[in-house]
Amino acid sequence: MQQMAKHHDHGHGHDHDHGHEEHEQLKVLGFWIFVVTDCILFGSLFATYAVMMHSFAGGPTGKEMFELPGIIASTFILLTSSFTSGLAVLAMNKGKVKEMISWLAVTALLGLAFVVLEVNEFAHLMHEGVNMGTSGFWSAFFTLVGTHGLHVSVGLFWMVALMIQLKRRGITPVTRRKVTNLSLYWHFLDVVWIFLFTVVYLMGVM
Amino acid sequence: MTQHENHGDHHNHGSLKSYVIGFILSIVLTIIPLVLVMNQMLSKTATLITIMVMAILQFVVQLFFFMHIREGEKPRYNVQTLVLGLVIVLTIVLGSIWIMTFNKY
Amino acid sequence: MWENIKEFASTFFVTGDPLIYGADVSIALTMVAIVFVLTKYKKWGWLWREWLTTVDHKRIGIMYLIASLLMLFRGGVDALLMRLQLAFPNVEFLHSDHYNAIFTTHGTIMILFMAMPMMFGLFNMVVPLQLGARDVAYPFLNALSFWLFMLGAMLFNLSFVIGGSPDAGWLSYPPLSQNDFSPGPGQNFWIWGIQISGIGSLATGINFIVTILKMRAPGMKLSQMPLFSWSVLSSSIMIIFAFPILTVTIALLFLDRFAGAHFFTMDGGGNPMMYLNLIWMWGHPEVYIVVVPAFGIFSEVVATFSRKKIFGYKSMVWALMAIAVLSFFTWAHHFFTMGTSASVIAFFAISTMVIAIPTGVKVFNWLFTMFRGRISFKQPMLWTIAFIPCFLVGGATGVMLAVAPADYQYHNSYFLIAHFHQVLIGGVVFGYLAGIYYWWPKLFGFKLDEKLGKWGFWFWNIGFYVCFMPQYALGFMGMTRRYYTYGWDRGWADMNLISTVGAFMMGIGFLFQVWQIAYSIKHGERDTTGDPWDARTLEWSIPSPAPFYNFAVVPTVKDADDWWATKQAKANGTHKEEPVHLEPIHMPKNSGIPFIMSLFWFMVGFGFTFGWVWIAVLGFIGVAVCMWVRSFQYDTDYYVPVDEVRRTEASLGRVL
Repeated sequence: MQQMAKHHDHGHGHDHDHGHEEHEQLKVLGFWIFVVTDCILFGSLFATYAVMMHSFAGGPTGKEMFELPGIIASTFILLTSSFTSGLAVLAMNKGKVKEMISWLAVTALLGLAFVVLEVNEFAHLMHEGVNMGTSGFWSAFFTLVGTHGLHVSVGLFWMVALMIQLKRRGITPVTRRKVTNLSLYWHFLDVVWIFLFTVVYLMGVM
Repeated sequence: MTQHENHGDHHNHGSLKSYVIGFILSIVLTIIPLVLVMNQMLSKTATLITIMVMAILQFVVQLFFFMHIREGEKPRYNVQTLVLGLVIVLTIVLGSIWIMTFNKY
Repeated sequence: MWENIKEFASTFFVTGDPLIYGADVSIALTMVAIVFVLTKYKKWGWLWREWLTTVDHKRIGIMYLIASLLMLFRGGVDALLMRLQLAFPNVEFLHSDHYNAIFTTHGTIMILFMAMPMMFGLFNMVVPLQLGARDVAYPFLNALSFWLFMLGAMLFNLSFVIGGSPDAGWLSYPPLSQNDFSPGPGQNFWIWGIQISGIGSLATGINFIVTILKMRAPGMKLSQMPLFSWSVLSSSIMIIFAFPILTVTIALLFLDRFAGAHFFTMDGGGNPMMYLNLIWMWGHPEVYIVVVPAFGIFSEVVATFSRKKIFGYKSMVWALMAIAVLSFFTWAHHFFTMGTSASVIAFFAISTMVIAIPTGVKVFNWLFTMFRGRISFKQPMLWTIAFIPCFLVGGATGVMLAVAPADYQYHNSYFLIAHFHQVLIGGVVFGYLAGIYYWWPKLFGFKLDEKLGKWGFWFWNIGFYVCFMPQYALGFMGMTRRYYTYGWDRGWADMNLISTVGAFMMGIGFLFQVWQIAYSIKHGERDTTGDPWDARTLEWSIPSPAPFYNFAVVPTVKDADDWWATKQAKANGTHKEEPVHLEPIHMPKNSGIPFIMSLFWFMVGFGFTFGWVWIAVLGFIGVAVCMWVRSFQYDTDYYVPVDEVRRTEASLGRVL
């Protein structure tokens, strides 16, 4: 049985590779669809935020509490990390493993900076007496922004796992697919942030 | 091995050029709304519309320059799913706002 | 110390009700019996290898089916308890609290833990076989979906024994479902049981969309795909767009309860109506999610048992896809009376009427298929024919409800209850039962006994009308839903009694089916050909039960109803026999991670239900570890050698 299996691994050659390719493409399509469902998830959170945009219940408003400088920094950090994740994919297409891992590491560090800034923002708000239970507005704020932050954190966890696998196995059809999916996820998170930034923070301080 | 790389090039195309253009456009499309809001340069409604349009434009830029939506094998099920998904997102957001606003009409 | 334990136990375990004590004892005895049998016959290894770690879609389908039938039993018992309570005025069988818990668990179980898994069971058992595929797109994810469902359902069912059942209705509207009116774990069980199994549902939706779009046998264009598979595509599209909304909505409810948020509270800027808005954005597509596959089943059954090609295939496909999209534009009809503006109500009234049109098209197509066909009244066909008038009435009452001004009278009355039970039972239950009878031989290798099946069928069918037609009358007479009792002066007694008789008739029908299954395991007609109904689609071209790899040779498809075309060609002598070229078959390996990861999700749910955050955190860590481990697993597939394929086929009577 074992010998049979080995024989077939070699014997299939190009067809085998084709099969792997199609197999991996299948997983990319599935992941795209998952990303679209995540858009629906964020859409529902946005809808909730939109309905509660003025539900301050007589308490502090967004305008009073938001501090734009940190948010601006976060925005450019995340945007840059989206760019560097693209550079990682470019390196992958050129077969350059080391460069690829380096760009992924830069992406991860930028992502980590984003999360740290956000945790800082939340801590500061809570220190000022504003939290999930302050009013409908703040419940919606913390949930919408926090869900995005959680997604970024999960992405970081995934990125670390991938960097280790890339170091061990290099660029194969499987690792290529994984990086494709991760970069798609990462770009999606930046797109969500564009709308978060616009609807929550920009509209909030207007 | 070479055959692998050839196949790899079919997907995730993009060149350094496309990523850099996308990056720069995104920066510009972020700065404009920031400047408009921080300096209160337009009326409230005009500002609202402009920053939303900028956000949507940046989304489209990133779809093309970062996510390479024009590539990928046909049939483009991923694009179809995205379009339908966006329709549903709009329905959820706008529908909720409409329903939850208790106007007389 | 002993005092502390006693006090804890008295709040932790549900006490004070003989019915519940009795059920607890039965559950405990059953569990002991299962453990005993597994140990005595040394089957723990078998259980792990063949069922707990399987990624085979057919096995997964069978597990979904078994779970759903058990849940049908529990939900049905809930129904009978309610009907007993309402059979006469002023009955004191159930306290109001108990009654509330029962109608809550009845609804939650029937929709989320009976209909959904039965549907996923049918998806899994049939779709890959119908498409000429060897498995679904993501077998590991498929297994994970099942175990998430199973552990979510177990969590929900646990509330019966521990902590107390939820009692705020199957959709848990705030403010009733908030902490001030529903303190305690019951409501949290509802949230987490559904949340966990909901993740599984979403994953299944993605799985089947990709399977259908990308894994059809070569030559099978979408325009030649069987209608059941089209209905699965339609349903899956609705699933992927609807379930994220549910995830968000009940998460927000949990944040209100757990973290003091103000999403749906009466104070602090919250708005309970927003909950209804969100939950029905999921809830309306949900009912189409469950009914559309039933429509798919009817198309298959009607064609097979009329020995005729389905009439109007293209319009059937159009109707399925139209329903998928339109179902997202009708949700507000569930709360016409809640105070939104007139233009909103007008829009949703019209959209609700519009969505009846595609279904009407389908009914006409089924009838036109039967016209001039050679009809045989086997069980699947009986259930299909029963569905047509039943669903017609249910659909018509739906259009009545869509007339918003009239709905101000019907809303939350027994008229509404009769309507939705009619479409759910007449449509979904009858449909799924037809499907189960139809595909049972393919999965198990034997048919279910016709005679016992007929008894079951007639008790269900007649019992349904006896139970629910009086409820329309009760609605007109002003009886509101969720009343646990009523007085003699109402004039509702006669209709309620008749309704209760009907409910018990359906219960007897179910018992006949249980008997039928047990009897047929031993005495049911064996399916030796793989094609017991002389049917039309690819799944009937392989042996019954299907071998684990499904197709020894992946078929090349030329026509719609390709199997029928092949049989015709063989009969005419025009069939070209292709030389059989066997190749090693690529199959996924089993995995224990879906089961284990779901156990960790159970921990998350359990921890949050009781507010024991450390358990939830440990659960999350466990989930993360499972995902990490899986990410590093690269040896996930294997090849079935050619001679094993040949031997397996030979053992099933096929010589290659």
